[in-house]
Amino acid sequence: MHDPFKFSGKALIAIAILIAALVALPFIANAVGLPATTPLATRLLIYAIAAGSLNLVLGFGGMISFGHAAFYGVGGYTVGILFQHVRIGEPLFGFIPGTEQFLIAVPAAILVAGAFALLIGALALRTSGVQFIMITLAFAQMLFFLFVALKRYGGDDGLIIRRRNALFGLNMRDDLTFYFVVLIVTIGFYLLLWRIAGSRFGMVLGAIRQNERRVAALGIAVYRYKLAAFTIAGMGAGLAGGLVANYARFVSPDMLHWTKSGELMVMVILGGAGTLLGPLFGAFALVTLETVLSGWTERWQLFLGPILLLIILYFRGGLSGLFKFIGGGGK
Amino acid sequence: MSLLFVEQVLNGLQLGVMLFLLAAGLTLIFGIMGIINLAHGSLYMVGAYAGSIAASATGSFLLAVPAGLAAAAVTGLAIEYIVIRKLYDRDHLDQVLATYGLVLLFNESISLIVGRQPLFVGVPPALSGSIEILPGMTFSVYRLTIIVAGLVIAAGLYALIQRTRLGMLIRAGATNRDMVRALGVDIKLLYTLVFGLGALLAGFAGVMAGPLLSVQVGMGEQILIMTFVVVVVGGVGSIRGALFGAIVVGLVDTLLRAFLPQLVRGMLSDPSEADQLSAGLASMGVYVLMAIVLLWRPQGLFPARS
Repeated sequence: MHDPFKFSGKALIAIAILIAALVALPFIANAVGLPATTPLATRLLIYAIAAGSLNLVLGFGGMISFGHAAFYGVGGYTVGILFQHVRIGEPLFGFIPGTEQFLIAVPAAILVAGAFALLIGALALRTSGVQFIMITLAFAQMLFFLFVALKRYGGDDGLIIRRRNALFGLNMRDDLTFYFVVLIVTIGFYLLLWRIAGSRFGMVLGAIRQNERRVAALGIAVYRYKLAAFTIAGMGAGLAGGLVANYARFVSPDMLHWTKSGELMVMVILGGAGTLLGPLFGAFALVTLETVLSGWTERWQLFLGPILLLIILYFRGGLSGLFKFIGGGGK
Repeated sequence: MSLLFVEQVLNGLQLGVMLFLLAAGLTLIFGIMGIINLAHGSLYMVGAYAGSIAASATGSFLLAVPAGLAAAAVTGLAIEYIVIRKLYDRDHLDQVLATYGLVLLFNESISLIVGRQPLFVGVPPALSGSIEILPGMTFSVYRLTIIVAGLVIAAGLYALIQRTRLGMLIRAGATNRDMVRALGVDIKLLYTLVFGLGALLAGFAGVMAGPLLSVQVGMGEQILIMTFVVVVVGGVGSIRGALFGAIVVGLVDTLLRAFLPQLVRGMLSDPSEADQLSAGLASMGVYVLMAIVLLWRPQGLFPARS
């Protein structure tokens, strides 16, 4: 039987080339005089983590979560709020000291986002289908309003983080250093996704997507598997949020806006849902599209809408479907 | 205090009626066509824009209503014909993404054509002012009109669905789509009619919302997400659930916004922080309500197929 999660020799070489390209990218960019590429690539990798985590529920598990940006935002705010408490020198809730250590703040972002995902997932997964879509969207909107209301942490205007978290005495201000930190985290995250997808857990998840009732009939507690996947995905989004808070040194309720959830979904679909590296390419496609289009016009979403419609209506299977369509002579 | 409470209950009823107009269309479209339509809020927005532009151009609110209805219906039928028709046999994911694309397209086109500045429409002179509905208590005539119009529409929908041939087909379609098709009913025409009806209701809500809110890009999604809460609370696919859910959500939201600030102000020392916090908590109220309903009855209070 062909195992989609064991890489052939060819695929391994392709992945090695991809990683080598990502390592070489900032040096090439600087050499050809495009230093702005490095921060752009950093943002792209962070989106790839967020989209990859969504892919776990959406692509592998078949759960259409339309509120993934909530966990991304919660992760970002965790880093932001912990930093804020260092600045004002007063512990959070009176007993949690603030921190500006990367190795504390980012894991905290993962855990807090995971806790929110566990809670929201436990409620939302009591339903399925169209209700699940509506409920995840609605709970994300609820958290959006929560952060808008938290005036102490900037409310509507967002929260400025004076400097990036500290890590091993590295100069995190330097975009190149930060890029490599994010690159290492991204590679680690995708390795983890690969392990999850190939594990028994991943197999059960895929089986649930294909036929939930049959899996339940086999005596597997479907709800627990789905909730575990939802929580892990929330943690992944929290990681991305924690990184982006460091990257932009700013968090705002916009991170939890429903259009952000939509964008993450588009990345997963563009790349091809349920494939391991699809979200990476989807993030690449969307960020590139955004950068190119917003060079022409402020209203780049005016183009995103029709592009999305065309892809969904005519080219199913995302970019890989599009390539197949072109490669197959337009069949 | 008690008069203020009655007034806020009426305000909540007015919001509930608006939510019902959207939820009824959304739930019918889902119940019969199996389509989740994120662009339903865009139809509301189109209705609001067309209504307020017509009102400011002609100075007559009486003309704004047909303008908003026509714009929403034409837009609705166009997207049904061009996009939605291709989505009937697709899964929910494709439907969500395609209609998300529509939302982006509508929002950006409107801000390109009309501009980002919100439009303001005055309350029509014939309906401005307020009347005394209880001794010592007055209420806005315009809001009262919305409540009455909404309840009349709800009664009309009930009659349409329970008493007419079209309604019979709609009910049959919601129960078993394939059987209706197999019996020789032109299901495509039925789908178009239902989608058009949903668009009309959304457009009407948009026109009526014009004088109450500022008409701006993004207004559609704000109410769409609340409409989702209504549909989840009421039960997907059920008109009765939509009406009940809309009224409950409207009341809970309005009453929390009205009375929560006093409670929070008593607990926090900084009044401006208290106001913002209570406004945020009040916005969260309906979602907490949804969570409670989900714990108690995951299928909603009035599931369509019970």
